[in-house]
This record gives sequence, structure tokens and C-alpha cells, in this order.
Amino acid sequence: MKLTLKVWRQKNATAKGQLVTYTIDGIDGDMSFLEMMDMLNNKLINEGDAPVTFDHDCREGICGSCSMFINGEAHGPDRLVTTCQLHMRKFKDGDTITIEPFRAAGFPVIKDLMVDRSAFDRIQHAGGFISVNTSGNTQDANSIPIEKENADNAFAAATCIGCGACVASCKNSSAMLFVGAKVSQFALLPQGEVEATNRVLNMVKQMDEEGFGNCTNTGACEVECPKGISLENIARMNREYLAASLEG
Amino acid sequence: MSGLLKSSIGRKVAMALSGLFLVVFLTQHFVINSTAVIAPDTFNAWSHFMGTNPLVQFVLQPILIFGVVFHFVMGFVLELQNRKARPVGYVEYKGSANAPWTSRNMILSGITILAFLGLHFYDFWIPEMIHKYVEFAPEDPTRYYAETVHKFESPVRVGLYVISFVFLALHLWHGFASTFQSVGFNNSYSKALSKFAKVWSVAIPVGFILIAVYLHFNQIPH
Repeated sequence: MKLTLKVWRQKNATAKGQLVTYTIDGIDGDMSFLEMMDMLNNKLINEGDAPVTFDHDCREGICGSCSMFINGEAHGPDRLVTTCQLHMRKFKDGDTITIEPFRAAGFPVIKDLMVDRSAFDRIQHAGGFISVNTSGNTQDANSIPIEKENADNAFAAATCIGCGACVASCKNSSAMLFVGAKVSQFALLPQGEVEATNRVLNMVKQMDEEGFGNCTNTGACEVECPKGISLENIARMNREYLAASLEG
Repeated sequence: MSGLLKSSIGRKVAMALSGLFLVVFLTQHFVINSTAVIAPDTFNAWSHFMGTNPLVQFVLQPILIFGVVFHFVMGFVLELQNRKARPVGYVEYKGSANAPWTSRNMILSGITILAFLGLHFYDFWIPEMIHKYVEFAPEDPTRYYAETVHKFESPVRVGLYVISFVFLALHLWHGFASTFQSVGFNNSYSKALSKFAKVWSVAIPVGFILIAVYLHFNQIPH
């Protein structure tokens, strides 16, 4: 199939970017979106142009690196997939595809389609962990009985890959689905109880300091999340935060 | 605790609680208004009580005004913060693909309701304040029904009220149901509550519309 691509090109973090139009032919429906981008880059290199910079790593939907905003949606029009899992069969011959970087004050553009998502790392560092004695006396996690429902919900929250599609999709650039998932995966387990109060207070504080917007419950994050992280995680974080604030 | 209202979650909960408070107020406002259709004498009696009872006038009324002002001021503050959180917008943004119109346009429906409040205060609240606390006019407990009916004589005014109530319904459609999520209540019970909230969000504004239209077509001599 033959496509017209409108790709955001921006030389560096401070340069003014713009959409640049390219045409590309010979796209197979079984290709992934990133393979199509590889083809575009090969073409650009052969023509002496600079290739389009974009994040990618595992290309199997688990690393959270790819981050494109395709035709107005994070990770494109498909549901529950990352950009690397998006197949070109979702598009038709002759289509025009607009490709932009994730947009948020907390995700500044580095170059072209690559954004700096280290804000998520800093939020994790603020509390997204449990302190465990690793000197040899660590209790085997399997020996701690956990309710099936809690174990399942904790696991579901832990499937968040931190790609940032929630922020990119939210009209307010809110990071609450990500933070909600990271708070929930520990809040639901006994191992997370010890640091529960400080965790939620510190992670939310860091989230606010990073310049992400406020949640207005539009639910766009849940719809666009490639891992189907539920809004229940935001509600749980709200509960945890209120309880921690009253306690603290 | 001290930093609660400075945090994004604290503000979100404050918006939800002030919104819930206004939902309770709207319910009692609707109940009183509905008596204008069913039993004008009851409308007069209840209006007289609300307009002269010191607890209502000097305790509940200031609380209500604070609730309204807090809700819209916080709404504007959050909207400005949210706009700042995406300084460079998308060229193409398909908001309708993942979120309903009502949830994405709360500021628009909210501003419309605020404008309506200006008209509503001009129509009822300001004349009442002047009547009672500026002119110190003698109280006539039977005046309320006739005064209210005459306010709905103009079709333009009725039209403005109807449009405003439509926006009120759009605002409540998202706002009321989402308060449960904001305060951290998201389970099988909250889903049932959300359904109730959706029904209420349509029923109450439609009720207000019906009352306004009924009064317009059932005018009494001046």
C-alpha cells in the first residue's frame, strides 16, 4: 500500500518543529508500524536526509519505549496495543497518517518523535518500591498468603509498562493512571503496607512537581492504555492519598 | 493534611465534594420549584420560609454562596493548570475516540451555567435582597408565586433558561457520576450509584425546564 505520512520533525529540544510530509510505497499490511517507520528511515538515509528519531526497544509490547501519537491517538487507532504491535493492516492504501510525539509539559520533546519520559522514573524513585532486606533473610514471597482478588488486581496494576500513553491521551496531560497503577500494585499487597503512607504522599507530590495536569475523570487514559490499566487504580490512589493525608 | 488542598488529588476531591453539595442544593431547589406547578400555596409557604428563616438566610445561604464560588473558582484554577500541562498542543487530537463530549467540555458547560447564574441572580436573588435588606419592604407571604410566574412571561427568558438547563444536564451527566471516582469510591456499588447519578442528571434539569415552560404558558394577571 502507498501512504502519505505527516511526521513531526524537530531538530532538538529547543528548536521549533513542524510536520513534514513524506510518501512511502510498498507497505505490507503485516508490517508493524515501527517496521513502516524503519522503511521510511531507510528511504530518508538513502536520499541523504536525516532519519526520523523515535523510541523503540523490545518491539513486542512490553518495554513501553515506543510512544507515537498516531492520527490523534496514543499508539494509534487500535486498542490494547503499543505502536510496535500496531499492524499496518489497520490503514488503507492512500491513507494520510499524522505522526506526532507525545505532548505534555512533563514529557519534553528531545528530537522528532522522541520525548523525555524520565519524569516517570522520578515518580517511581519517590516511592514506587518496597524496602526489603536482601542480606539473606528475605522471606519467600510465595509463603505469604494473599487473597486471590488482591493478587490479581496487584498483578493487573503491575502490567503498566510506563509508556505514557495515559498522559499523552488525557486532555489535561494527567499522569494519574500511571501513578495510580504504581501505587496500587503495592497497596494491594502486604509487602507494600509498611511504606504505604509515605509512598502515596511522595509519589503524588513528585507527580505534581513534574507539571502533569489534574485528572477530570474523562477516562481517555483507560481507553488508550495498551495494557488496559483500569480507572479503579486511580480511585484506589485517591483513597490511599486521602487516608495518608489525614494520617500524616 | 495542610497540603491537601495544594495537591492535585486534594483539589479533585474538593471539586467532587463541592459538586455533591450543589447536587443536594439543586434537589431541594427542584422540590420547592415543583410545588409552583402542583400547589401554589405550598410554593408560597415554602418560599416564605426559605426567604425569612434566619438559619436559611444567614447560615445556609452564605454556605451555599461559598460552595458555588469555590466550585467555579477551583474549576478555573484547575483548567488553567491543565492547559499549562500541555504547552504545545497536538496538530491532530481525536478526543472523541476515547472520552465523551460531556467529560471533555466541563469548562464550557460550567461557564454557561455560571452565565446563567448571573441571569438567575439578576432575576430573583438581587431583587429579593433589595426587597428585604435595602427597601425593608413589608413581607407578604403570598407574593412569591405571582412574582415567579411573571418572571417567565418572556419567551426569550424561558428560552435562555431552557438552554441553560440543557447545559446543566450536560455538566451533571459527567460531574455527578464522576464524584464517586474522585473520592475513591469505585466498585460494584459505585457503578449502580453512577447509573442513578446519570438518571438524576437528566431528570432534574428536565424537571426545571418543564416547570419554566409550564409557568410561561400558565400566566396569571399582573
